Order: sequence, then C-alpha cells, then structure tokens
Amino acid sequence: MTDVAIYAAADRSLTRKRMFTLAAPAVILAYLTYVFIAFDVAGLADRVSLSNMQTLVSDTYSYKVHVTRDNRDGATSVAIEGERKGEYPEGTAPDWVTLSDTTRVDLANGAFITLGDTTTFDIPGYGTVTATPGRSGVNATFPPGDIPEWINASKNRVAITADGARLTITRNRTEVFRYFYGWELFFFTLDSPFHGKSVTELLSSGQYGAIWSDFWSNKMWRHADVAWALFETVLMAFLGTFGAAMIALPLGFLAAKNFTPLGSLRFAARRVFDFLRGVDGLIWTIVLSRAFGPGPLTGSLAIMLTDTGTFGKIFSEALENVDDKQIEGIASTGAKPLQRYRFGVIPQITPVLLSQVLYYLESNTRSATIIGAITGGGIGLLLTQAIITQKDWEEVSYYIILIILMVMAMDSFSGWLRRRLIQGTGEGTH
Amino acid sequence: MTSAADTDPSPTDIRTDYLAQMRQKRMLNMILLLIFATLMVAGFYTADQRNAGGFWNGWRHILDFPADVVGEAYERAHLLPGYFVKYLPSLLETINIAGAATLIGAMLALVASMLATRGLAPAGWLIAPVRRLLDILRAVPEIVIALVLIFLLGGGPVPAMIAIALHTVGALGKLFSEVNENASLKPVEGLASTGGSWMQQMMLGVVPQVAPNYLSYALLRFEINIRASAILGFVGAGGIGYDLRNTMSWGQGKFDEAAAIFLLLFAAIVIVDQLSSTFRNRLTHGKAYKDKGAVL
Repeated sequence: MTDVAIYAAADRSLTRKRMFTLAAPAVILAYLTYVFIAFDVAGLADRVSLSNMQTLVSDTYSYKVHVTRDNRDGATSVAIEGERKGEYPEGTAPDWVTLSDTTRVDLANGAFITLGDTTTFDIPGYGTVTATPGRSGVNATFPPGDIPEWINASKNRVAITADGARLTITRNRTEVFRYFYGWELFFFTLDSPFHGKSVTELLSSGQYGAIWSDFWSNKMWRHADVAWALFETVLMAFLGTFGAAMIALPLGFLAAKNFTPLGSLRFAARRVFDFLRGVDGLIWTIVLSRAFGPGPLTGSLAIMLTDTGTFGKIFSEALENVDDKQIEGIASTGAKPLQRYRFGVIPQITPVLLSQVLYYLESNTRSATIIGAITGGGIGLLLTQAIITQKDWEEVSYYIILIILMVMAMDSFSGWLRRRLIQGTGEGTH
Repeated sequence: MTSAADTDPSPTDIRTDYLAQMRQKRMLNMILLLIFATLMVAGFYTADQRNAGGFWNGWRHILDFPADVVGEAYERAHLLPGYFVKYLPSLLETINIAGAATLIGAMLALVASMLATRGLAPAGWLIAPVRRLLDILRAVPEIVIALVLIFLLGGGPVPAMIAIALHTVGALGKLFSEVNENASLKPVEGLASTGGSWMQQMMLGVVPQVAPNYLSYALLRFEINIRASAILGFVGAGGIGYDLRNTMSWGQGKFDEAAAIFLLLFAAIVIVDQLSSTFRNRLTHGKAYKDKGAVL
C-alpha cells in the first residue's frame, strides 16, 4: 500500500468515527423525544396532583390530632388522625384540650379555640372569629377588614388554616386539627398504661414483659404483623433461590455438552430453561396464584420456577468450563463415575455456583416484595394496602424504609456468606 | 491440631491426624447440610401453612388455569392475529418504558459511576455519599417508587419509567464504577495535562475505554427492565401488563385475549433476550466469538 492509500484509509476511518460520535447522541435524543411525546410528558403538569403530594410529604413527618364536636348533640371527642384506634377514652384529652361544655383548645403561639354552641377562634395579630352553626348554615363574623386568603368562608362551611392547625365548621360538625411532628403512637397506643412515659420511667418500672407485649401488639402500627411480613418476604426469597438451585443443578448437567453427549437431551434441557426464563416471573405468579391462592408459598414457587431457568443456564455454562485434568486425575486413582463427579467436578464449580446463587438471593428479596404486592403476601401486601387507603402515608414511609433496610441487610448477609464459603476466591464474579 | 509439634511425627501419626481432620470436616459439612435441609423443610412447611390455598390441594389444579387459557385460545384461534394487532401498541409502550428508563438510567449512572470511582471523582469526599445513594437506589424495588408516583402523577407509563430509571441508576452505577476501576488513568492524565476539563477528561479519556462493557451491562439491564415494565403495568402503570390484568379480570370464557397477551409478552422477552445476548457476545468477545450464551 502506498502512503496515499494509507492516509485515505485513515481519513475514512476517522470520518466514520466522527459520524458515529455525532450520530449516537442524535439517535438517543430522537428516541427520547419520541418516547416523551408518546408518553405525553408535557401533559404531566396538568395531571400531577399537588394536594396528594402535600398530603404525602406532610404525613411522612407529622401527624394531626382531631378535636371534633358534633353540633347536633354537643358531644366532643379527641382522636389521633381521627382514627378509632387513636381515640382518647371518654372524658380524657391531651393537656392542650380542656373538656367542658365549651371545650377550650390551646394552639401554639397563643391562639386558642373554644368549641361550643358558638365557636370562637382567637388568632393573635388578626382578631377573633366567631361562628354559630345553625339550621340556616354557619353564621360567622370576622374582624373588620378584608378576609385573608387563609380563611375560606361560605354560607355552609368555614375553614381557617392557621399556624400548625386547621379549623373547619359545618352545620353538623366543628373540627379542629392540630399538627405535631413525628409518627403518632409508634411505640404505645393510648389504651396502654405506658403511653407517654419517658425511657427512664419505662426502664425503672421493671415491667419489661408488659412493655414489650404492649409495643408488639400496637394496634396502630402492628409491629408483630410487620415483622412477620418481613420474615415472609425473606422466606420467599430464600426458598425460591435455594429451591431453584437444587433443581437446576442436576438439570444443568443434562444441558452441559461435556456431560451429556446426547444432543437431543441437551437440546430439550436447554429449551426448558429458555421457556422457564422466557415466561417470566409475572406470568408464573399469575398462574400459580390461581392454583395456590395468595401467600408466601405462591411467591416461593414463582421465584423457584423463574430462577430454575436462570440457574440452569448459568450452571450448565459453568459445567462446560470445568477443567478435565482434575476429573482425569480422580479417574486415574480408580474412582467410580459418582466419585469422579463428587471429587472432580463439584469442587471446581461450587465457588461459581454459590456466588451466583447468593447474588440472586439479594435480588430475589426485591422480587419477593414485588410478587407479594401482586399476589398478596409479605411486606409487599402491607405496602399496597397502606397505599390504597391513601391516608396512612407515615406507614407507607415506614414500610419503604423497612424494605430498603431489609434488602440492604440481605445484600450484606449474602456478601458475608459468599466470602465465608468461598475463601480465597475473593468477591465472586459479580 | 498440631499436637506433635515437639517430636517428629511418625507416618502413622500423620495418617491418624489427617483422618481425624477429615472426619471433623465431614462432620461440620454434614451439620451444615442438615441445618440447611431443616431450614428448607421448615420454610416450605411455614410457607404452606401461611398460604391461602395449601400445596397439597393446589398442585392438582396447577394446570387448570393454563388449560383454560390454552383451550380457549385454541377454540378461537382465528381471533388471535386480530388480538396481536390490538395489543401491539401496548407491547410497544412496555418496551418503550424499558428503553427510555434504561437510556436515562444509564446516562445518569455514567455520571454517578465517575463520581463514585476513586481516581476519577473530581472530589474525594463525593465518593462515599454517591456510593451510599447508589446502594439505596438499588435497594428500593421499582414497585415501591411506581406505586407512590402513581398516587402523585396518576396511572400511565411515566411513573413506571421514572421508577425503573431510578433503580437502573443504582444497579448500573455500581457495575459501571467497577468497570471504571479497571480503566487506565493515563489518558485522563494526558487530557488533564493539556488543560481538559473534568467532563472532557471523562468523556474522552475514560468512556472510550469502557464503552463496550458499559453497553453490554446496559443491554442486560434492558432485558431485566422489560420484565419489570410488564410487572409494573400489572399494578396500574400502563403497557401490556395493564391490559393483561384487565383481560384476566374478565374471567372464564374471555381468556383468549389473555392468551394473546401471554404469547406477545413471551415472544418479546425471548426475542429481546436473544438479540441482546448476541450483541453482548460481540461486544465482549469480538465478532468471531461463537454464541455460547455467556451470562455476562
């Protein structure tokens, strides 16, 4: 080749490279534009629910206590989050509520509300709002001047949003919400004698059994159920992963070229693996839940079926890569076929297999959460239930944190086990 | 175990020592195996107890549903091509969710992996927080983010796309940073000496070295993401999974459409798996490498 030809070839090659570096981002950009138009991302701004977002965020770090007066019979009740499980027993109230014929509610910053036939709301820096719910609606009087935007008044309904509190008056009901930071009743519910006690008081009381059982059976947060659900999810992952490994090992031998000379058998085993993997966990979950109903067994079996395909493929490849010399060495000592497998093959593939299986254990913990959400079982079920109610967002946050911690714990556990069991080979293939 | 350290051990001593050691090792292995077997049996027993329908009653019905679906599909086989056409846009949506999520996730992972690799990060203190962030993104199952986003944004493909993209950032970020650790730093130093910015050092010095590995990992992620996208559709995030849930809820006598969706999904997964594994083999082993179906 002449110099000219070489230069020309180099130029062509460079031009091609340059074209490619320009074309690749252009193609990506074009594809993303197409997808964004197809998904109507621009219209998302209209669909996004800001009030939902507000509920979600504020519920995550705060809770509210409802003080409710029934305007028909004058009965007043105090309940955390307005739930029956969080209701204060008849005649009792937190110290910022004084129960009487006209209940007085102290809010932060010197504001207070009296609830009676006539409701008054003293707002520092603004004045006193008086409202009398009656047959003709809510008759409210405001301090002179324009009504500010945080007051929403109509004939039948008055709503006032103040600093950390909210007052709503309708003909039937007068309701005060007061907001507090934190998660309500996380340790003890109101019916427990330990509610509101400090840590030192609890420690010095000596009633550890009663304290534990009150905490564990907390009706609001259901710690026992949550712990069991977490266990169920881990159980699904454990049974699915190791069950699949146990089934896939013998099948892997069938699919390996050097162990199964019979082509048709090998072909059949490989197609079984492809089928199990191709059908996918979602479809297996649906099919199995029709037969077994919701629960951890369905999840375990779904993981097991999908992963038998995956493991079968991985195992047969590992088996095809074994070193024949070790098997020949074992055979030269007069070992029978079974002994050749036991001492010539198994020690070679164990590290590879184990590291793969343990790697999948962590990923299957996530799958088990998802399968639980689809069929009903484990922490996935609790999470979907909490989201469907659309009001217990503090529980949703709690479950999300627990799920993240669970997956991370399984990750470190499987990593630790991998290092312990496969000494000398280090981190494994992943 | 070296009991005879002061005197020279005789061959018989060595032999008994060795055998004792072997026995001990075997005992330990036996005990481990026993514990494992007990855990498996007890685990399956517990799972069976907690399940709505037990295994021993259920396994006889395991083929009922597939038989219904196949039977109805067979009866009305002439309708299937029509259904394929009807549900093709949904399948395309599922694939697009996975495709866009993989692309966005991979691009973010690219930046995150540079920030999380020692020697490449512009500031050392960034490494630990970025790694923790990637760990958290990886640990959150897609469904968690998707369900919350569905509440905020309404149903449709966008929540699924964001959810999968975030998980992809975590998963690929870790793999990419492992690849980065093996990249040579010489080109980076060269670019730095000519006054290249950090962005230029990374894009021109590191990316060309690692691009084949990145692409290979991203393709594998794409396979995984198609499955995830179908699952998220099932909980209300659009695509073929959503149609599958609807057709399933119509109940017996209407399973032919569900069968068509099963087939479409199966075909899509198998085709994408095959294509991507061929590409990945080319990337990691060159064109001459025969398809051995290597996993990574």
